[in-house]
Amino acid sequence: MMKTHTFIARVEDKPGVLNRIASLFRRRGFNIASLTVGRTAEPGVSRLTLVIEADEDTARRIEANLYKLVNVLLVEDVTYQPSIARELALIKVRADATTRPRILQVCDVFGARVIDLTAELVTIELTATHDKIDDLVGVLAPEGVLEMVRTGVVAMTRGAPTPISNSSFREINEVPEPQGTSQWPASSTTATLISV
Amino acid sequence: MSEARRLTGAEILWEALVAEGVEVVFGYPGGAIMPAYDAMLKYADRIRHVLVRHEQGAAHMADGYARASGKVGVALATSGPGATNLVTGIATAMMDSVPVVFITGQVASTLLGSDAFQETDVTGVTLPITKHNYLVTSVDEIASTVREAFFLARSGRPGPVLVDICKDAQQATGTWRAPTGAPTLPGYRPSYHAPEDLLARAADLIDRAERPVVLAGHGIVKAGAGDLLRKFVEKAHIPVAATLLGLGGFPATHPLGLGMMGMHGEAWVNHAIQEADLLIALGMRFDDRVTGRLATYAPSARKIHVEIDRSEVGKNVKVDVALVDDVGRVLEALTPRVAARSRAPWLAHINKIKGDSAVRDIQGLPDEGRLYAAHVIHDLWRLTEGRALIVTDVGQHQMWEAQYYKHDYPRKLVTSGGLGTMGFALPAAIGARFACPGEEIWVIAGDGGFQMTASELSTAAQEGVKVNVAIINNGYLGMVRQWQQFFYGGRYAATPMRSPDFVKLAEAHGLTAMRVTRRDEVVSTVRAAQATPGTVVIDFRVEQEDSVYPMVPSGADLAEMIRRPHPPSALVETAEDP
Repeated sequence: MMKTHTFIARVEDKPGVLNRIASLFRRRGFNIASLTVGRTAEPGVSRLTLVIEADEDTARRIEANLYKLVNVLLVEDVTYQPSIARELALIKVRADATTRPRILQVCDVFGARVIDLTAELVTIELTATHDKIDDLVGVLAPEGVLEMVRTGVVAMTRGAPTPISNSSFREINEVPEPQGTSQWPASSTTATLISV
Repeated sequence: MSEARRLTGAEILWEALVAEGVEVVFGYPGGAIMPAYDAMLKYADRIRHVLVRHEQGAAHMADGYARASGKVGVALATSGPGATNLVTGIATAMMDSVPVVFITGQVASTLLGSDAFQETDVTGVTLPITKHNYLVTSVDEIASTVREAFFLARSGRPGPVLVDICKDAQQATGTWRAPTGAPTLPGYRPSYHAPEDLLARAADLIDRAERPVVLAGHGIVKAGAGDLLRKFVEKAHIPVAATLLGLGGFPATHPLGLGMMGMHGEAWVNHAIQEADLLIALGMRFDDRVTGRLATYAPSARKIHVEIDRSEVGKNVKVDVALVDDVGRVLEALTPRVAARSRAPWLAHINKIKGDSAVRDIQGLPDEGRLYAAHVIHDLWRLTEGRALIVTDVGQHQMWEAQYYKHDYPRKLVTSGGLGTMGFALPAAIGARFACPGEEIWVIAGDGGFQMTASELSTAAQEGVKVNVAIINNGYLGMVRQWQQFFYGGRYAATPMRSPDFVKLAEAHGLTAMRVTRRDEVVSTVRAAQATPGTVVIDFRVEQEDSVYPMVPSGADLAEMIRRPHPPSALVETAEDP
């Protein structure tokens, strides 16, 4: 069954790493819904959030294939983990004197901010879940959405972060993988992605 | 900490190769790699360089060296066309998980991205066909990068690694210090350990199986796990089918050895797999040439998959238990856990279908003077006592080799399985010669594939190496012709091929050559080749329109095999081995 999977990958901050990941997805025919990249608090480590439409088997193979990339440090499929996921959208909407109050009211309900306003249009910023942004866009559509940009999802698990082992090869090789990683399915299907 | 020395980047490269134990490098010089070639002269007493005639040859030689020895092969080329000529060889090594380090020169780092003369984005080009690759722009990165490249190439699931080194990095001066310890690669996980509960579950499935089959792949050979496999199956009495690249991992003449599975596998092997209630896949990846139609593959079998690369698990075939680990380690853990059982009814049943559906045995056939490829390969097997290192090209002769040359020893068959690279055999055999100086080496190639890299005859002559070359010459691109016969209405589009006089061609290189057109000439000619110093080429003029049987059509059920329709008078189907 196809499902939206959210992966967090921590990778070495080196030239070409994003290309390796993009190339992997292209070559294996995995379809990326969104991909965001940025630095982390750890020096030399970048972080990706990948959103992918995939069935459970494919999700496991994506994880395994990401791990085959030498520069990939840690991969977490947070789909079934308590997580926080956010996306930022800028939406430019036609708004004249008559429609503006209505639009501002909608923004208020969604917790969106107006960041630019002219006689004919408003530009709205919303940081929320992917679905909530979809909802806002749906409500604004009749007003005339002129332009929109979305960052794609960034995600973080709740609670303490999973540490990246800084150990050398020898130690990594000697530490057995947690039970279940070599057997599908690895993830529990009971927890859900928490949408706040 | 060893003593630090100031050296050029090019010298550091050679020091690093010496430190990795490299004995031989196959390569071709050019502008961007000239500093490395100049420095090479100082290392000529420690590393031999083999000058190839085309960089593809260098790639296949390094590959053949690696497959025959189990060590890391090294190929060297210049930037641009030199590097792109390696590409087929890199992809070949990637598909068959062969540890090869490719070193390419690159334009100066100051010129990168400017479309400079002979500039190609080689790390970009080879990204999907290498295990990993590097662009080195500074002299300070050369030593550590070479160290990492060798480590990556040989560890875990092996594979090719490319190191692209800018010319100015080769020319600059830096510090060389002999490396100690393993490189630090925090994201690299070469292998995993299968957890106890899964090992127990696998052992339980094995104990409860009435009709198990082991599918032995390349991983058995790579892991050197042949003896462990033998102990395991001899205890549990499980028959062993091999993939093409798994041949030799388990002795072909062992009573539990079934032979090759898949598209041109023996009929009884494919029937046994389809009837099995348990498949134990060891170091293989359920390639489409092995499974046939996935929907009907081994329909009543539970499946245990032992594989070092966890991304292979569940890729093509859904399995009941996946053990992601080194296959040798798993066999060591499983053997004491499984029950000693005889499984006599299952083995008797396989023997029965073997009798019903055997491919032909050509021993002692009436000799009508006609020459079949099967004759040639069978005679080669007898005359070399099954001990030669055989390097094949790709096509019909490759499948006949797999069927008729009974491999009892590992690393004695070098063949391009995954990529199916024509032109592989001659250069790979030259490379293998440097890995196994004392062994008898035979190239078995078709007339088509041989011509793709025939220029490497010149390399063999210059280097004074001996390989025996058997050209199975049928005047066609035989495997494609066979498909045209079976599936394209017999329309032979671009498969009839006129070849040069191979005897004269070899002689033009200063090599010995012979021609065989009748079966009664095979033995004496092979013996003559064995006795002749230097490379010998034999042009075997075989039946032109013979086909490889049995054949599972692409995408068909594994049991739906095309069988030899009317055994020609010189070929009788029997089951008994001599």
